Amino acid sequence: MFFTYLRRELSGRRKQTAIIATGMAIAIALVIIVNSVAAGVKVAQASVLESVYGVGTDISVTETPVPPAAGAKLPGRFDFGAGDGTTAAGSTTVSQSRLTAGPGSQTMDATNVKTIAGVSDVKAVAGTLVLNNVTFSGQVPDKAQRQAAAPNDSNGPPTGGADGAGGSSFNIQSFSVMGIDPSATAVGPLSAVALNTGRGLSASDIGQPNAVLDSTYATTATLAVGGTIDIGGTAFTIVGTVDSTSGDSGTASNVYIPLDLAQSISSNAGQISNVYVQADSASNITAIQTAIQAALPATTVSTQADLAASVSGSLATASSMLESLGLWLSIAVLIAAFLTAILFTVSGVTRRTREFGTLKAIGWSNKRIVGQVAGESVVQGLIGGAFGIVLGIVGVVIINVIAPTLSGSASSRGLAAAGGAMRSAGGNGGGFGNGVGFGGGGGFGGAGRGLSQAASVVTLSAPLTMSIIFIAVGLAVVGGLLAGAIGGWRAARLSPAEALRSVN
Amino acid sequence: MYKLNNVSKKYSQSRREVQALDGVSLEIPAGQMVAIQGPTGGGKSTLLQMLGALDRPTSGTVTMGEQEISKVKDVKLAEIRAKDVGFVFQSFNLIPTLTAQENVETALEPLHLPAAERRERARAALESVSLSDRADHRPSELSGGQQQRVAIARALVTNPKVLLADEPTGNLDEDTRDEIMDLLEGLWRDQGLTLIIVTHDSAVAARAQRRLVIRAGQVKDAA
Ligand SMILES: Nc1ncnc2c1ncn2[C@@H]1O[C@H](COP(=O)(O)OP(=O)(O)OP(=O)(O)O)[C@@H](O)[C@H]1O
Ligand SMILES: [Mg+2]
Repeated sequence: MFFTYLRRELSGRRKQTAIIATGMAIAIALVIIVNSVAAGVKVAQASVLESVYGVGTDISVTETPVPPAAGAKLPGRFDFGAGDGTTAAGSTTVSQSRLTAGPGSQTMDATNVKTIAGVSDVKAVAGTLVLNNVTFSGQVPDKAQRQAAAPNDSNGPPTGGADGAGGSSFNIQSFSVMGIDPSATAVGPLSAVALNTGRGLSASDIGQPNAVLDSTYATTATLAVGGTIDIGGTAFTIVGTVDSTSGDSGTASNVYIPLDLAQSISSNAGQISNVYVQADSASNITAIQTAIQAALPATTVSTQADLAASVSGSLATASSMLESLGLWLSIAVLIAAFLTAILFTVSGVTRRTREFGTLKAIGWSNKRIVGQVAGESVVQGLIGGAFGIVLGIVGVVIINVIAPTLSGSASSRGLAAAGGAMRSAGGNGGGFGNGVGFGGGGGFGGAGRGLSQAASVVTLSAPLTMSIIFIAVGLAVVGGLLAGAIGGWRAARLSPAEALRSVN
Repeated sequence: MYKLNNVSKKYSQSRREVQALDGVSLEIPAGQMVAIQGPTGGGKSTLLQMLGALDRPTSGTVTMGEQEISKVKDVKLAEIRAKDVGFVFQSFNLIPTLTAQENVETALEPLHLPAAERRERARAALESVSLSDRADHRPSELSGGQQQRVAIARALVTNPKVLLADEPTGNLDEDTRDEIMDLLEGLWRDQGLTLIIVTHDSAVAARAQRRLVIRAGQVKDAA
């Protein structure tokens, strides 16, 4: 009888059912879409962060930057001596690689790693040295030719050089290098990578000129496992390539080499630029941060939360918009839907006063009538919920098909060159004509300098989880129960004698 | 069947007090067919509500069989209504969304019968009012007389001791009125009911064994 009556009421009063269900459907679809987009934005934020800091990094320690001392030489100068290069056909070909901790990056003493490891509740520590390798290569006219031509100016046009007429041409290649401790990769940038080809660095690589490359960089630079790469004048064997495990972002650096070699080649003996810290448990993070800051006052200690706040760009805008607008909009629509359901249920009960009075007169208990009213409302809510879920899934699918891209950048002091931005590391060419002198070196170092950001373009995907669906169904039931409880209470309060007297 | 002792019912409605029943003492033996007449506002419906366990008197006692129904709790009143009383109303009061068959079944709902038995009893009740062929029709698809037959089937499907009818023919034309009265009288005779009918219509009242008149809340036997 319960279900027969329920079915008859819902199909007999379609308009009311449709209105209540529609309100509920819109609200629930909105909740689903807002929830899953919010989850997508979180994933995107995490992927931007992970590409820089690795998985499981709770705290990152860097040296607080100070302005360089007056008159200090910027690193990365290229000095060519008289005997440098090889000469052929009137041109001297020169090539030099410099591995430096580029401007904008500050190093600190490697003993800080030990100090931090000594802080209580620290689970894992890894120090890295972030470097930038710049290779200068090019052709200048052979010195012997110039000297021969110098005494009598009236001699014919200059010869030699790149164009065979005394011109020069040079090329500047830049890529990021990270010195890592091959025996401690549990925490730090390499914890967020997956091996693509070859092998990773292990403890046996300490002191060995072996390098692992970001696979995207390897592809653009046409390098492969088994080949070599010139880093600061030392030929490194490429033993493996790695991919980021977090979606579209690249890994933290183009090239990874053992820390000891990175320090010696870049003349940064005993120096590191970054310490990655993993805490025993999340509840200790703040205490560890305080302890590290006290032990190493000259450093900047950032927690993952600080870092998440540093994710900027449209990703941050989307995140804050979801938190404010999305949340409030879904709450407002939900309240409106609940109120609509309650209002229509109560007015339905009022319209059916005589009906309920009759049922009471023929012996229906209050409980039975309340149950009937509540059952109707819950089913109306569930119908709305079902349509809402369909509507929400359609909305989420549409978002996933459109796949809007969001850009996010995580600022990370001390990381000279990191992440996706460095994937564009390529050649900066310049040239100078005969007798004009160096004038075209504008691009020099442009790629590496001050690149303390990992900019990533992340495709937003809105994941649909079972829990979101359950929440939606729960909301539909709650809305229905709420309307049913209030409507049922109204029906229960009717005295049968008075209900029968009502004139409708 | 009924014993009323000094029953009064007072309604207080926005300052004004209405004495709907004023010290009614009355006995109705089981199996009697009673007509209640009187001017509008005299208290006929109010008396019927007391008899039907729909409401309690302000003072006095109402005893139905062995049960003093003026004292019991709401839940018990609902149970008495479900088992011992059948109601028929002037405007039929069928559930508009349910079919005739389902409307009759609603009266069996409080008895918690198995679905098959419930269906069978409702079907038999419809047959006893000669409406088997209309079992699947909604009230809106039935004439007034047919609707009142469904209401009578609903009232009698539980085999109550008492059938209370408040102007059951008030909304019907004369031919249909006689039809319905024939039906009620037949059922009363066959089933040994106590039948109490409130009516304005002397033709209806004339069929009863006993006629009561209520004026200003006071009851008198007419004969
Ligand atoms: N719930 C109530 N609240 C206030 N007054 C009421 C209520 N019920 C009945 N009355 C009043 O009590 C009196 C008796 O009403 P009742 O319905 O019993 O009369 P009736 O004889 O059935 O009249 P009618 O022939 O018009 O149906 C009337 O004056 C009516 O206005
Ligand atoms: Mg009346």
